[in-house]
Amino acid sequence: MLAAIGVSSVQEIFERQIPEGVRLGRELDLPQGLSEQEVFAHLSQLAARNVSAEDELSFLGAGMYDHYVPALIDMLMERSEFLTPYTPYQPEISQGGLQVMFEYQTAISELTGLPVSNASTYEGPSAVAAAAYLAKLHNSKRRLVISAGLHPHTIETLRTLAHGYGMEVVLVALTSGSAGGVTDPDAWAGAIDDDTSAAIFAQPNFYGAVEDAAALSAAAKDAGEPVVVAQVDPITLGILQPPGACGVDVAVGEGQPLGNRLDFGGPSFGFFAAREEYLRRMPGRIAGETVDVDGRRGFVLTLQTREQHIRREKATSNICTAQALNALAGVVYLAWLGRRGIVELGELLLSRTHYAREQLAALAGVEKLHEQPVVREFALRLDADVAAVRGRCLAQGVNPGVDVHALSGRDEDRGVLLVAITERRSRADIDRLAEVLQAAVASERQAVPA
Amino acid sequence: MSAIDENHLHADPGIDGHHPHHPATAAAAGPMQRERARTIFQKGSPGRRAFVCPPLDVPMPDAEELLPKRFRREQPPRLPEVSEPEIVRHYVGISKRNFDLDSGFYPLGSCTMKHNPRLHERAAALPGHARLHPLQDPERAQGALELMFNLQGALAEISGLPHVSLQPSAGSHGELAGVLLTRAYHEDRGETRHKVLTPDTAHGTNPATVTMAGLEVVKLATNPDGGIDLDDLRAKADSDVACLMLTNPNTLGLFDPNIEEIAAIVHGVGATLYYDGANLNAVMGLSRPGDMGFDIVHFNLHKSFTQPHGGGGPGSGPIAVSERIAPFLPRPVVARDSDGSFALDFDREPGSKSIGRLRGFHGNYGCFVRSYAYICSLGADGLKDASEAAVLNANYLLARLREKGVAEHLPLAYGELCMHEFVLSGGPMKRALRIKTLDLAKRLLDFGFHPPTVYFPLLVDEALMIEPTETETKETLDAFADAIAQILAEAAADPEIALGAPYSTPVRRLDEVAAAKRPVIRQALD
Repeated sequence: MLAAIGVSSVQEIFERQIPEGVRLGRELDLPQGLSEQEVFAHLSQLAARNVSAEDELSFLGAGMYDHYVPALIDMLMERSEFLTPYTPYQPEISQGGLQVMFEYQTAISELTGLPVSNASTYEGPSAVAAAAYLAKLHNSKRRLVISAGLHPHTIETLRTLAHGYGMEVVLVALTSGSAGGVTDPDAWAGAIDDDTSAAIFAQPNFYGAVEDAAALSAAAKDAGEPVVVAQVDPITLGILQPPGACGVDVAVGEGQPLGNRLDFGGPSFGFFAAREEYLRRMPGRIAGETVDVDGRRGFVLTLQTREQHIRREKATSNICTAQALNALAGVVYLAWLGRRGIVELGELLLSRTHYAREQLAALAGVEKLHEQPVVREFALRLDADVAAVRGRCLAQGVNPGVDVHALSGRDEDRGVLLVAITERRSRADIDRLAEVLQAAVASERQAVPA
Repeated sequence: MSAIDENHLHADPGIDGHHPHHPATAAAAGPMQRERARTIFQKGSPGRRAFVCPPLDVPMPDAEELLPKRFRREQPPRLPEVSEPEIVRHYVGISKRNFDLDSGFYPLGSCTMKHNPRLHERAAALPGHARLHPLQDPERAQGALELMFNLQGALAEISGLPHVSLQPSAGSHGELAGVLLTRAYHEDRGETRHKVLTPDTAHGTNPATVTMAGLEVVKLATNPDGGIDLDDLRAKADSDVACLMLTNPNTLGLFDPNIEEIAAIVHGVGATLYYDGANLNAVMGLSRPGDMGFDIVHFNLHKSFTQPHGGGGPGSGPIAVSERIAPFLPRPVVARDSDGSFALDFDREPGSKSIGRLRGFHGNYGCFVRSYAYICSLGADGLKDASEAAVLNANYLLARLREKGVAEHLPLAYGELCMHEFVLSGGPMKRALRIKTLDLAKRLLDFGFHPPTVYFPLLVDEALMIEPTETETKETLDAFADAIAQILAEAAADPEIALGAPYSTPVRRLDEVAAAKRPVIRQALD
């Protein structure tokens, strides 16, 4: 090979191209390579030092959930034909991946009740930021009015990127008192003005409450002309009114509950669906149907004049690699659940969540954070130090949920525990949580008298 | 096309004997072909299902009490109604209509299609990784945090930049982080700078990112050797320039020999230097962006570090930065405490300069597991070997394509030697043989090869951008070079063959114009 190239060594190839001053000239300061079995042993040892949902009775949620992932998803995701190709730039030999995108877009469109979907974005919070950018491109206004019921990571992500977009973020508080826990409708309407580019809320919100999405959308459109954006939990859409039926313009969210693993936070996928008028401002890949020269049905990447590799600085987004394989898991999961399954699963989550909330809120020193309906997750206020209570529960093999203050850093979240229910948590599991939480709260209240 | 042909997507037309553009081959669409173009939404039957719901084991209160009717969905989403065997047959069936890296050569320039070891999939699937919740208490996720800490350290060493954030989700997300970091850096010094310089050879993500970050793109010209035009740089580098975004080696596969001077010019006007890490596979263990003078670099774990591309993701785009940029990094990062334990450092103290979060949680951890496994497998010497082999392979393939019969039609656009990839121009081929780069690419499909990246970079007429990676054998490179020569010879005799290609694929050329004109982007349902 060297003779064909006309050099005497591989080093010569580098020496002739890389100036001496920027050659490393030493070996990297990294360990030497290992055999496959040694690497596997090392990664197994690291895995063994994590307490996963396999190892404890976990009620953690707040954006990612321990749902059951059917075995057929593992099999399909490991197929070379799905695992190893690049983005389908050559459609003649990429019909499998393109058809998956087309089916995925159909499934997301059905779930959200909105006519157009892209083929995936990175994940939940950045999908919300992408929706804000769409709004900026659409109306050139500069304020983002957002509900405090958005996930703290979503709010932080919006703040980071809004600075880049040149937009101002206006936070609308949640209601308090007996009707507390949802976006304050008066404050919401009051915050939205003629310069409001997008109005963004979460359904259900971060504290588990079902928002009156139709009322929020209508109020937003009475107060101005914002693009109304909802961050929705897709697993609830078998039973909750779809955003498209509530006046929402753009629905985005975290796709992990749909057949994706927890993976310590990623990779999963973000979904992005919208009304037709936003189609040509959508970020990311979109698969479209067409025919080949012989008239056969086929699929291609379409509307590419939105994208960075064509439009460069005028692109509607910079996204290139997204989350195709995770979106595959999503659409396979939705096909596996099916038309009736998504409703049945939603009802099961609804019933168990309600049961868990009532059982736990009946304990001494524990109360509901709000009285709003909940579907898969709910917030409690503990009359004890949450970290200490959690510590006692963990010692019993039960992870009772998320310490919201530790997640958000916000003072108003002190004492709040967020409990998530999936189909993997049975009534017996919930009863066990109640037993352990009761003892933990009681011990902490005794330990630290008020 | 028969069902068997679909299972042999890249059947070599020279081996199986039939003339590839015979009308009978081209027009035949057997029943299996029609079957497989139906979507999952067009299959199944009402009431059919795969999922069995766990039993309702709690009391069922009044429906209105559970969820008021006004919040309830009236009609279920029209998801498919299919059995598990139907789902498996459907997706296995359409998977066979994909070309993939495990089946053949995939020399897609700037994409680094290197082998994806299956060890990585096995390791990432361990429940201790796969079922670990991102909000697990740090003291109960020490293995994951140690892995992330070690990966941060390895990426810092490979890039020569000491501080790493693993958070960005892909390369373009890393770029966005980088430009926002640059803005934050200048704003912290009380400066508002508006311009970002990018060469005309830059990946499209670079200018798109600049716009999203609220800055303005200024293009730099390329000199006759394929590097940055220093005069143009000097003319445009002023106190309003925030940053220069550069890929080195660039998208022509050339290492810019003036990189030290470029860095001096950029730093001289107080701007930062951003390294697009898409081409890092050329220089691992050989040359480091930090030593070249870059302040910020993003990695593509799905390129250089074997995260499988998944047909368009997931990726992961960590960034490494110099000391002066470090205070602005996205949070959290993983830190090691004095007792040797690992923690998430959120830097929530007043006065924090962090730009904040770019996404939820900590980044694409599943990708970290795979890329960390790769770095552990190769080690210091193996990473260098990988880059050397990638560059050797590219130069060997380039040498084969500079032989008579090819070089006069597909000349090298710039340079003599190359790094990990190179760019040919199909301009002479188009003029002499009447076939375009697109036709050559489509004809390659019939020979069982994924084509190179085509029509990029934009400054090369009819560009073909070829990146073989270290994965390939000499035999594969020779077979590819032979195929190119054969296609050119074939075109000299009869250009119609390439103009009508491909013939052996599940579908032939698709009407992309019609697709964009009247977009059909979802299955119509009854």
